[in-house]
Amino acid sequence: MNELQTILSDSVNGLLSERVTKSLVQKAEEGEFPATLWNEVEANGLTRVLVPEAEGGAGGTWADAAIVLKAAGEHVAPLPLADAILANWFLAAAGIEVPDGVTTLLDGDFTLDGGKLSGVAPRVSFGRDARYGVAIAKGEVALVSLDGAEIERGINVAREPRDRVVLNGAAVTARQAPLPANAMRLYGALIRACQMAGALGYLSSQSVAYANERTQFGKPIGKFQAIQQQLAVLSTQAAACGVITDYACAQAGKRGHDAAFEIAAAKIRVDDASSIATSIAHQVHGAIGFTYEHGLHFATRRLWSWRAEFGAGRDWAEELGRETIAAGADALWPRVTAR
Amino acid sequence: MQPFRFDLCELPGETEGLREEIRIFLAEELPKIPKVTRAQTWSGSDAGFSRKMGAKGWIGMTWPKQYGGHERSFFDRYVMLEEMLAAGAPVGAHWIGDRQSGPLLLRFGTEEQRQKILPRVAKGECYFCIGMSEPDSGSDLAATRTRADKVDGGYKVNGTKLWTSGAHTAHYMIGLFRTNLDPQNKHAGLTQFLVDLKNTDGITIRPIKDLAGNAHFNEVVFQDAFVPDDMMVGTEGGGWGQVTAELAFERSGPERYLSSFLLMVEMIRELEKQGGAEGAREIGRLVAHLVTLRQMSLSVAGMLEKGENPALEASVVKDLGAIFEQDMPVRAHELLGIEPKVGEGSDYEQVLGYLTQTVPSFSLRGGTREILRGIIARGLGLR
Repeated sequence: MNELQTILSDSVNGLLSERVTKSLVQKAEEGEFPATLWNEVEANGLTRVLVPEAEGGAGGTWADAAIVLKAAGEHVAPLPLADAILANWFLAAAGIEVPDGVTTLLDGDFTLDGGKLSGVAPRVSFGRDARYGVAIAKGEVALVSLDGAEIERGINVAREPRDRVVLNGAAVTARQAPLPANAMRLYGALIRACQMAGALGYLSSQSVAYANERTQFGKPIGKFQAIQQQLAVLSTQAAACGVITDYACAQAGKRGHDAAFEIAAAKIRVDDASSIATSIAHQVHGAIGFTYEHGLHFATRRLWSWRAEFGAGRDWAEELGRETIAAGADALWPRVTAR
Repeated sequence: MQPFRFDLCELPGETEGLREEIRIFLAEELPKIPKVTRAQTWSGSDAGFSRKMGAKGWIGMTWPKQYGGHERSFFDRYVMLEEMLAAGAPVGAHWIGDRQSGPLLLRFGTEEQRQKILPRVAKGECYFCIGMSEPDSGSDLAATRTRADKVDGGYKVNGTKLWTSGAHTAHYMIGLFRTNLDPQNKHAGLTQFLVDLKNTDGITIRPIKDLAGNAHFNEVVFQDAFVPDDMMVGTEGGGWGQVTAELAFERSGPERYLSSFLLMVEMIRELEKQGGAEGAREIGRLVAHLVTLRQMSLSVAGMLEKGENPALEASVVKDLGAIFEQDMPVRAHELLGIEPKVGEGSDYEQVLGYLTQTVPSFSLRGGTREILRGIIARGLGLR
């Protein structure tokens, strides 16, 4: 890790491991937004990791952002931190000043007409808590205040807010940005994949810790080969996801907007791993892990939600597969090695 | 915290010239070889091909020039390996000497052993096999019973090695024999020897047919076979440590995830004719896993290049790689439902026929799945 990465890692992991307590997540699930934590996250510059220094950001790359995104997933921070990182990156790309306050992504169908934004985003992360939303319409990035927006509340299975946001001719600041047409879905998939990799790392370390604590038949259950083999599988799945998300972020930084191949691979791979890993983590934890009281489910329920967001693995796999087949069998290896 | 470290490793740009050179060579050489033969990759033995590779300087690439090597980087070697395997080049004859036995001799061998043997290995003329497993010693390597008893001027070897791949074509075996038995410490008292398989009395090599009817591996019986003192490798009793040091090299290379790659290519060729969402999704998934495994394998290569010991990470790559390889014929069957064939049929049918029957060995060779997961569990702090 370079200097910025060490600072980011210490900052985000230090803050989130201390503040994101079980009680804080439970309260968030009951509808209480952790505004104090948000302010601290923002004050530490974590939401602006991808914003250039000249514009008040950390001037980081996607490889730097990966550290914050993974930490957000690992600590199950009940905030739209990942969404804000991407929203602010879009704003910076368009040369729009990044505002303070909770900012989220408006992933939906929008039209921009004379500086007025209209449309619907059906599942907005923390829409009710956000002061601003960032949408993309016809190549323009639009920053909109959500103060007057019509918001219909909804949640995902992790009880994170996923609200329907309707805008009818809302006044926006909008500018053209050099982003691909599918930027929202593409980079949305990248931030979720990174969060999922973080959550999978948590499942692995938490399950190992539990297996070393829980005693049955006179010894920790982690001493039984049946459990060891399962935990080995869980850890290898988590490791694979750590690698592919790092790789996708590195390529996103290096190749500009030509990293769709790696981002698709990352979302597909973490989706596959999430099915295996959540199953093993719950099996190892036994009945206690199935209770609301135990915190394991904060991670597993998020994985079950996030894997379907910004394109499920199967959807990205279909796209990647169609491209691969269209390019022809003998083009696969040159393509894999050229990147 | 995860006990593994997989830092990304980017191949240096200067390896690309080598990659092109190899692709041009393979475009010339491989069309003569049927796809089903190419599907054997590093199990397929072709002495003529090995000599051509030796002439190109692609065996012993990282070894010192004084032993016939080429002093190229570990990354150059990685690129050579992945190009050969992805194309299905028959690299099996020199494989073990290049990957394992040569590096072993460089590290632990005597000067005389190196000078006598390594240049021939690098020319693609001298082949190795590894004598480790025995009838009663598979995963439990410390249970090795084949004995090397001290006699005047050398050792007398008695016992049986089993599942010895390539013993019938190899010039030398690196044998792990018991020179001493301490019941309290079975890992001690094991010693590695170079055995000249072509010029030693008392050695009987019998091929064992695998389930597909191919004879790649053998039973090697030693009856009072004499091995001179100067054929010992490393130290007496140091065999266990020397063997485990080889394993990071053995467990993380591109051969640990590319063994079924030719089937993936032929699946795509079949799907080019068909189209459809289901096939696309399956191929997309496989590509995602392929790309992930390549990055993991490269990461381990980067650590090896830096002189680190990524034994744990190598086990992770091998375990995940074998799952990927073994899944391939399953995916192919579910997707296309075409019967695998032997000795007839399309390239796809024959490659499927070969790999369907061969993939069970992928989680046995080089450390079983259960052994690898035991190593990983130890790394996790569970044992």
